[in-house]
Amino acid sequence: MGSKKQMKKLSQEEIIKLDLMAVRIRKHIIEMLYKAKSGHPGGSLSAVDALVALYFVHMNHNPKKPKDPNRDRFILSKGHAAPALYATLAEIGYFDVKELEKLRKINSILQGHPVCTYTPGVEASTGSLGHGLSFSNGIALSGKLDNKNYRVYCMMGDGETGEGQIWEAAAVASHYKLDNLTAMIDRNYLQIDGNTEEVLKLESVKERWSSFGWYTIELDGHNIQKILEALEKAENNKNKPTIIILNTTKGKGVSFMENNVDFHGVPPNQMERNLAIEELTQLEKELGAKLNEQQTNV
Amino acid sequence: MSSKLMFNPRNAYGQALVELGEKYKNLVVLDADLSKSTKTIMFAKKYPERFFEMGIAEANMISTAAGFASCGKIPFVSTFAVFATGRVYDQIRMDIAYSRANVKIFATHGGISVGEDGASHQMIEDIALMRALPNMSVLAPSDAIQTKKIVYLMAQNKDPIYARVGRADAPIIYSEKELQKLKIGKGILVEEGKDITFIATGTMVEPALEARKMLKKSGISARVIDMHTIKPLDENLVLKCARETSAIITAEEHSIIGGLGAAVAEILAEKNIKTMFYRMGIRDVFCESGSPAELWEKYELNEKHMVKRAQNILKK
Repeated sequence: MGSKKQMKKLSQEEIIKLDLMAVRIRKHIIEMLYKAKSGHPGGSLSAVDALVALYFVHMNHNPKKPKDPNRDRFILSKGHAAPALYATLAEIGYFDVKELEKLRKINSILQGHPVCTYTPGVEASTGSLGHGLSFSNGIALSGKLDNKNYRVYCMMGDGETGEGQIWEAAAVASHYKLDNLTAMIDRNYLQIDGNTEEVLKLESVKERWSSFGWYTIELDGHNIQKILEALEKAENNKNKPTIIILNTTKGKGVSFMENNVDFHGVPPNQMERNLAIEELTQLEKELGAKLNEQQTNV
Repeated sequence: MSSKLMFNPRNAYGQALVELGEKYKNLVVLDADLSKSTKTIMFAKKYPERFFEMGIAEANMISTAAGFASCGKIPFVSTFAVFATGRVYDQIRMDIAYSRANVKIFATHGGISVGEDGASHQMIEDIALMRALPNMSVLAPSDAIQTKKIVYLMAQNKDPIYARVGRADAPIIYSEKELQKLKIGKGILVEEGKDITFIATGTMVEPALEARKMLKKSGISARVIDMHTIKPLDENLVLKCARETSAIITAEEHSIIGGLGAAVAEILAEKNIKTMFYRMGIRDVFCESGSPAELWEKYELNEKHMVKRAQNILKK
């Protein structure tokens, strides 16, 4: 751990497998929220692909050693996407997948929003928006002080960047040239009260961050290959923190949840859960067929 | 008063940080553009690589400190009490208290003796705010010697702690030897007495000792407790004083709501202790500009008013 990696070009087959994992995690999210009868589907589903890219490929981490001082860290600043983080952590081995059923239930290790003292692999307690980037700054500054090679990744919601603290943190990260920090914005254009541009205008997101001295990258936040390329670029970028603007779809993967703000904080009912699982299973079948095709071609 | 040896608790804090920086290589200090006033500048000069100027951005500073703590560092965070608590309550709540992060918040300029800056800078609710947070300990040292000792104890401790001192120079109460056994959560019986007990914290300990001397002349024997730790409160000591003296007066440079007086009242009420009781503190008002002495006089927080209170309460 800790050593600089060479960019690994993934095969088509490997990419399809990651896409399949993303579908699997989306299915977990639907089941978890259905069982919990509360929670946030929209912003969980939009964040999945970046989480898969980070935890299954890019980050240096070991689920068997969640406190390894040299690990890369991921901070979910948009804490309401906890189901996406929990499902990812479970699938990669931080805890048993069975725990996912207990989301938001009494005596569970999976609280409604992430808590570092409850769940293996959760680095920061979030849920009150706007804190995560500052917390990440602390980790990044500490890494610089100790000459550690680890990196810090922080995911924010787009609506979340309305919080003033984000801009305090943006200034500090730039001031201290925190090139070991990569932040991400889940740019799904929706927040509880509606479209981000109507609630509190965010555009131009890219110019805002670059004017604060950040290296900016903008891409399709559901394209794992592209996300991985961006994460590499960020890692090779020196003297500046990087922000990756992930253009995403709120509710991604479930047709009736996509771009539907009503699913920000409302879980699926039984019929919706059945429909969602059906759609995701269909997607899984299609990806499976594609994978077979790839494998027989080789 | 003038003959007393004065020393500023803020300087004691700065000195303690410099010494602790040598002992703990993982100690880092964060400040928000007030290092000259909080005296963290002393640490900054000695260990520039471990001092982090965070600018006028306190919310970010608090969460950043929690990030440092998650990497095994011991972050000390400093600014004025008003900015170190009220302004950043949510950050302290989530990132420090809830996360049980090893962050030490050391605030200066607590209470009304900030003086001329006025009520915007006179923090009288910080103890109440911090006391309400689970996992958080709350301290208010009374003199420079105790301050230094308490900073040492904070560095050894692994849990969230909030400590506050005032702005002004303060008379020295203790010798270092007297504080050898100082413990967080254990109040100090500074002077014995059998009629009445002053339970004071921070800047109010010294006037309580003065009041004791004045009361002695009128035949009243007053006990003085230095309750440097408001949370966890030394309940046994409070109960002992309630049993052994006939009245309790608490004194703090803080609102009577939620601070030391409230904490003592809560324990007395829950244990069904019948005693005469009065809370000296700011009685639910914002104060104003003025010199510390003028403010202590107007808001009834000096030895003279302590004597009056004690005499009145014992007359009943």
